[in-house]
Amino acid sequence: MRTFTKVPERVEDVLRNMGGTTSRRDLFKSAGMLVVSFAAAGTSPIAPPLRAQGPAPPAGPYPDIDFHQLDSWIVIHEDNSATFYVGKTDCGQGTGTSFRQLMSDELDVAYDKTSCIMGTTDITVDQGGSGGSTAMERDSWPMRRVAAEARRVLLGMGSARLGVPVDQLAVSEGVITVKGDPARSVTYGQLIGGKRFNVTLTGDNSNATAGKAAVKPVQELKNVGLSPQRYDIPAKVDGSLKWAVDVKLPGMVHARNVKPPVAGAKLVSIDESSVRGMPGLVKVVSKGNYVAVVCEREEQAINASRRLKVNWEKPAASPFPSSENLFGYMRDVTPTSSANPIVVGNPETTFPTAAKVIEADYDIPFQGHTAISPAHATADPSNGQMTIYSNDMKSYGMRIGVAAFLGIPREKVRVVWMEGPQGYGRTAAEDAGCEAAYLANEIGRPVRVQWMRSEETAWDTKAPAFAVSMKGGLDAAGNLIALDYNARAADYNHVGYNEADTVLIAQFMGSRRAKPAAGSSATPGEVYAIPHRRMTAHVVSLPMIWETPLRTGNLRDPNGPQSTFASESFIDELAAAAKADPLEFRMKLLTASTADDRGFRRARSIAALKAVADTYGWDRRPSPKTRGAGEILTGRGMAYAFRGQTVVAEIAEVEVNRRTGHVWVKHLVCAHDCGLVINPQSLRHTIECAMLHSISRTLYEEVQFDTEKVTSVDWNSHPTLTHADAPEKIEVILVNGDPNPKRSDLAPYGAGEAACKPMLAAIANAIFDATGVRLRRIPLRAPRVLAALKAAQV
Amino acid sequence: MSLTLRVNGKSHTVDVEPSTPLLYILRNDLGLQGPRFGCGLGQCGACTVIVNGVATRSCITPASSVKSEITTLEGIAKEGKLHPLQQAWIDEQVPQCGFCQNGQIMTAKALLDKNPKPTDAQIREAMNRTLCRCMTYYRIQAAIKRAVKVVAAGHAGTKKEVVA
Repeated sequence: MRTFTKVPERVEDVLRNMGGTTSRRDLFKSAGMLVVSFAAAGTSPIAPPLRAQGPAPPAGPYPDIDFHQLDSWIVIHEDNSATFYVGKTDCGQGTGTSFRQLMSDELDVAYDKTSCIMGTTDITVDQGGSGGSTAMERDSWPMRRVAAEARRVLLGMGSARLGVPVDQLAVSEGVITVKGDPARSVTYGQLIGGKRFNVTLTGDNSNATAGKAAVKPVQELKNVGLSPQRYDIPAKVDGSLKWAVDVKLPGMVHARNVKPPVAGAKLVSIDESSVRGMPGLVKVVSKGNYVAVVCEREEQAINASRRLKVNWEKPAASPFPSSENLFGYMRDVTPTSSANPIVVGNPETTFPTAAKVIEADYDIPFQGHTAISPAHATADPSNGQMTIYSNDMKSYGMRIGVAAFLGIPREKVRVVWMEGPQGYGRTAAEDAGCEAAYLANEIGRPVRVQWMRSEETAWDTKAPAFAVSMKGGLDAAGNLIALDYNARAADYNHVGYNEADTVLIAQFMGSRRAKPAAGSSATPGEVYAIPHRRMTAHVVSLPMIWETPLRTGNLRDPNGPQSTFASESFIDELAAAAKADPLEFRMKLLTASTADDRGFRRARSIAALKAVADTYGWDRRPSPKTRGAGEILTGRGMAYAFRGQTVVAEIAEVEVNRRTGHVWVKHLVCAHDCGLVINPQSLRHTIECAMLHSISRTLYEEVQFDTEKVTSVDWNSHPTLTHADAPEKIEVILVNGDPNPKRSDLAPYGAGEAACKPMLAAIANAIFDATGVRLRRIPLRAPRVLAALKAAQV
Repeated sequence: MSLTLRVNGKSHTVDVEPSTPLLYILRNDLGLQGPRFGCGLGQCGACTVIVNGVATRSCITPASSVKSEITTLEGIAKEGKLHPLQQAWIDEQVPQCGFCQNGQIMTAKALLDKNPKPTDAQIREAMNRTLCRCMTYYRIQAAIKRAVKVVAAGHAGTKKEVVA
């Protein structure tokens, strides 16, 4: 395997002074490049993105970066290295490394001679940041096309320089040579280093950006399929990386919020004498129900926020049922919306003909993002502009949201994206950016705000709770002839991305959108050929929808783990009722039709299930197995799902302690088909961690609340997976189940979330295999498992 | 009050309230970036530093209570060479977001300093209260085992393949 160890330029490297910035000017300078003066042109996109000269940060305004300019995406330096500017953020899955692999392949420069700058709004084009597992599937395409276009343009320049037609030129690692006469050559750096391309691209939006050049066939991509080490990791282990939490600015002050003690409480009064004279106090800021304390030092702000006496008035009615009564409430209440059912055949008339009908309800609670560090951002109001230093995965959206929240033109706002704790969707609906900007505006100094642990765990965005009812009918031969899936998701008023009118501070200040977001429920992602079925997805609302700690946001595959827990657990229940092997039962449903849907998902589903079973050594028999006599019961379960075009099949082998109810997922196998694999090692690690994330959600995670507040407030009251839970063995098989696996246009599909989906059901199915007890209520903490085992006299 | 701390071999004098948690002084006065705030409750380990050979949660440790040398993530590389654990973290490509990895590495270092050849069970036990929300536990444990092998063999690893 080739190894790549060079740490390239990063945004952080050029944050030379933290009153300073990360302008492209600095990058050009550092590469010995000419600096071309450019006057920002009002509100129109800037093209090319070189900035006016000046000693410190660009003072603003900060026009949009024009994605129609090749110079906005790629800079070639005189030393024949290249810097790629992409509108994405790397949330820790190594996407930046993969973008470099793809772009260096298309451009024909050595991977080691490239670097990648991501996500800062005044130096990179707006590709929306991260989300939806779209990095490779969608957003890598414009990167490939612009890199291919740069190569085309450079070959044209090389042709003119060498006096040889393009078709007689070869290019490798940034060196253009005359075929058959390699002594005649010119480098990219010699052709354009220090100069602009001045090439205009086409496309209606950044992701449609294209030049005249076509991308290469997959077979010609040399770095793709290799596993260069992630360039971001060395600085993360030696302590040198400057994270968003590390930003320090001259004159900066620290803020902490004071949240209402119960949901829906109204601020009556603040007793400022309670903090008067406290060291370092700068100001108590409040508007509506939003309260924050600002101090010179961080620990002073923490102390003052705890000391501040605020009188709150409780709401007249309970904002929500308790978490123990949640599912009864969700099943009884009238939905706020119901998607049109997906109906195949005639399930109503088929169920009465079934030899056996079984029904089951599955409950999945609210689950938090609970990032390892709470929300944070630093805002700098210098020069009449607003700069936000943030780990917002959608930094471009934050820029627009902050501008709208403050009521200033977006050209006055820029977001410097920096690394932060991953919340798997938490920073898509980020809160601290608007808070920091608001406070900086109020104070007139740079403000760093960070939430406390209890605040984050209680008040971060939540994955919606699901209550799913399943019904299935088997014929006398054990064939599944009818299936009914009916899901209710508590997702009304789902929080959007950095919306100025729904961000929590806006809600606290009284913002109420006339038409709350409808929210979404979900149907399962599988291609089983079931002759008669109905799938219905409803959204329900809790009594209080504003200023609630149970506001929902996108957590790693927003609804997939919930719906798949129900659907793939129930397939297992049906297999058991039919006394069929769970693998064979699924295979029969997949092979019952030869009709494929888009992306050959049927063929690829079959390939993934075969691969996972073969790797594990699946012994074909019905579940449950004959129960062991010892304290530890073992079993194995499988589940499968697709997400978009990515297909995943997983097997979990568990140990269940019948004395304590403790479950250990000992061995995991995953077969994963996401099409073209860019960096196998990064992909494997992402899949591993996605599976473990779902083990945590299966075994431990639940947002608990009484009828007035969330009671999950720290790592004791909201447990998560720990080192002790790590599986003994994890096997990840990267499957390419495409009917034409060597196709030259094989596409990459999303990989950040798909592996999360099947794990909940795989574990519950394994526990059933081990014990004969079916668990249908997440999470499967030891007391719940033990109670179920006792009830079944296991 | 004036307080003198020895951190990574250097003395620093700061003027703070004596009850100030060590974390804020390391970060905000000394400009260190290894220890980070995760919970402020001593529950997650993101703020871990080593004091007297013990992995210590700096977010709940009053600065005035620390009389001994403090080692942070920035202080474990020697003579420009990464600590074997840091190298193992790179070789094994451990981090996802990486935010918690300060605590993981420092807790692992305190373990290996006391017990250079821990069993798998001892690794799980020593690391158990150091949380990772990207769930890199499997990879972390592989990296610790890798570092143990490298140190036992008396040389830095040259093979770059991941072992797990």
